[in-house]
Amino acid sequence: MKRLRSIEDFESLQSRIMTDHDAAVPTIVIPAGTCCQASGANDLIRVAKRELLDKKLTDTVRLRITGCQGFCQMEPSVLVEPRGTFYPKVGMKTMARIVEYVARDEVLADELFMSPDTGEQIERQEDIPFFRNQVRTILSRNEKIDPLFIYDYINNQGYSTLAKVFKMADPDWVINEVKVAGLRGRGGAGFPTGLKWEFLANQANGHGKFLVCNADEGDPGAYMDRSVLEGNPHGVIEGMIIGAYATGATGGVIYVRNEYPLAIKHLIIALRQAREVGLLGENILGTGFSFDINLVKGAGAFVCGEETALIRSIEGKTGEPRQRPPFPVQKGIEGKPTAINNVETWANIPIIIEKGAHEFAKIGTENNSGTKIFSLVGKAKYTGLVEVPMGTTIKRIVYEIGGGPVGDARIKAVQTGGPSGGCIPADLFDIPVDYDSLSKAGSIMGSGGMIVMDDNTCMVDIAKYFMNFLKDESCGKCFTCRKGTQRMYEILDDISQGHGTLEQLQLLEELAQVVKDTTMCGLGQTASNPVLSTLRYFREEYLAHIQDQRCPSGVCRALITYSINEKCKGCQLCLDACQQDAISGKKKELHFIDQSKCIKCGACKSVCKLDAIDVV
Amino acid sequence: MINLIINGLPVSVEEGATLLEAARFLGFPIPTLCYIDGLSPYGACRLCVVEIGEGPKAKLVTACTYPAEEGLKVRTASSRVIKARKMILELLLASCPQSKTIQDLAAAHGVRRQRFRQEYEDCILCGLCVRMCEEQMMAKAIGFRGRGQNRSVGTPFDIQSDICRLCGGCMYICPACQLRCTYTEPEKAVCGGCENLSPPCLEKEQFDDMMCYMDPCVACEITKD
Repeated sequence: MKRLRSIEDFESLQSRIMTDHDAAVPTIVIPAGTCCQASGANDLIRVAKRELLDKKLTDTVRLRITGCQGFCQMEPSVLVEPRGTFYPKVGMKTMARIVEYVARDEVLADELFMSPDTGEQIERQEDIPFFRNQVRTILSRNEKIDPLFIYDYINNQGYSTLAKVFKMADPDWVINEVKVAGLRGRGGAGFPTGLKWEFLANQANGHGKFLVCNADEGDPGAYMDRSVLEGNPHGVIEGMIIGAYATGATGGVIYVRNEYPLAIKHLIIALRQAREVGLLGENILGTGFSFDINLVKGAGAFVCGEETALIRSIEGKTGEPRQRPPFPVQKGIEGKPTAINNVETWANIPIIIEKGAHEFAKIGTENNSGTKIFSLVGKAKYTGLVEVPMGTTIKRIVYEIGGGPVGDARIKAVQTGGPSGGCIPADLFDIPVDYDSLSKAGSIMGSGGMIVMDDNTCMVDIAKYFMNFLKDESCGKCFTCRKGTQRMYEILDDISQGHGTLEQLQLLEELAQVVKDTTMCGLGQTASNPVLSTLRYFREEYLAHIQDQRCPSGVCRALITYSINEKCKGCQLCLDACQQDAISGKKKELHFIDQSKCIKCGACKSVCKLDAIDVV
Repeated sequence: MINLIINGLPVSVEEGATLLEAARFLGFPIPTLCYIDGLSPYGACRLCVVEIGEGPKAKLVTACTYPAEEGLKVRTASSRVIKARKMILELLLASCPQSKTIQDLAAAHGVRRQRFRQEYEDCILCGLCVRMCEEQMMAKAIGFRGRGQNRSVGTPFDIQSDICRLCGGCMYICPACQLRCTYTEPEKAVCGGCENLSPPCLEKEQFDDMMCYMDPCVACEITKD
């Protein structure tokens, strides 16, 4: 690759790439993020490549391998451009047929997405309800870009906002744009990004300043940052260069957890290509401005997502938070001023510069501008990555995009913000999803995890699950966080076993409040949210466990029994399914469960077609 | 100088002073466990929490680590602070009931029972020994390992460290009595906290210049009789 020595060089390269690119050529887009690969995207790529070679279609049909598009439930999926045809759950044989049909510019009708409500087939991706109800400003870039090719990114207006910033030659203008856009940190706390940058820019530049991209995404069930890094690493890099130009930072660090090998691979390639082209390193595009980004791999401790712990981890020490003030923007990596932003925040920067701050501020609500990616998981019909404007109601996300509950269950609550977040009950689903409304409801936005729960989910069990996670992942420095989470788990375990008392419930509440009050870092202060929010909205479930020795959702094994009612026709399905030999009965006669052998695994209930198994 | 208000009284302290130093300058008692003059503050035990700020923004911070800020309003014994301290003491008693230091602190705060399942873990991971070793003995022989419930204090890989001079500083400073010397016969030990570790005086023969910091050593006295 030729090194670009001026802004004009870059612009001529970009216009050359863009004129060479013919958008009318049919393109098969195969998303191959970590989630897509897990569901078999690599096989599709192999089949597609072989078919294209065998049928000599390499000149007429293009193949593009991209990051995850977000509809993870329907993976591995294939998108055909420019028609926008979307094929869900593609098998290897179907893939070969798709190639054939694409070459003839036809649509393979029987493999299209079928709407489960109306039964009609939907061809175009943007007409599918899951996509139609989203505003995909960041995620839509994923399907347009092959993350391994920087020219692909440049072809899609990539790095042109950087050129715009260089031409403007006014760092204060950039900070002001970000401030006017009202972008708030997407990592969870929602601190205004423009303000943070201004603090950093105002720090004396004696020995250098740092910018950090926090890609230590540790919430169970959340993977927005991974998908952005895998699908569009250059977007993050471009955001960081713009940030460095605005704040005068001299060094950049992307802190990414080692559990994301594909994101690391794509980042390494992207950084190398950006350096080769001259968009990173010394004297970027001949402007005299220098900035380079290092990749630091974290060992995957949840607490290292907290900024002071992250800084210590970058320095090579144990990941432990420290007292703030001094804030990282005053004293960060090796005592130098450091600003830390989340992956999604960085990915938003080129969009703000491209659209203009005022246009960006129009998306979302007041004080909560822009879009936010959520990972919608759990008991919803359609799960995946969902990008919506801030202020969209939970109801819209869960029912219109997520398609509502699976089967005839009733959705009970949504857990937002990962282990530090809380559960929001179904009757509050009209609240808009933004930083302020969620914290008023006792939860947090967090980095964007959203777990849907239906009436088969026990809230005590959920609180116990998160407390188990937190007692392992607390760094252990603050006594109240370390011991408090252990003791909360202990009490929740007692309650779920049926040994709980009302005094313990009282103690749990007191303890949760003290843990919230007395720990040092943000993770400890929010560690009691799972307990406090479930106690606030689902106290009756706790009381049912304690007073009636009953688990209303049929989850807590110590409190439930499986039995067979008279609907049983003696089909023996359950008898075969039971690994414990706890079920006895002759063919065509009522079966019986031996309670002393039953381990309450639920295998019998899942195979019974007659609804003959009761859980009490 | 920085001016701040503690419990309604104005005080000025030098820049870089902590809230604990400022409060002690005025004579307000703040209980501490993991803080000792001469070692850098760490903020592990959370006992020294005080309330700062007003209205909905009021929050608890540890006095030993929080720097004095201009115009800050500090309350060292508000009901929120007392409630938190009592809960912390209950938690401490539940894990390490045999420590005299903790018993005294609990008694002083009127905590007479704890409501959790009783454990005898001894070590409360206050980090005094780690800091003593690093800052006063310049050895860095021991440190924290693991995280969450698996966190513990010890040498790397549990191998006797070459850097350790067996000075006993860690035992001397321990408030939880875990590392106290039991001489050669652990069953005769008085405090009984520490059979699991090898006390340095066990190897007394190999180190004839070694001094026992316990004078007179309870265990030695017993063996004499």
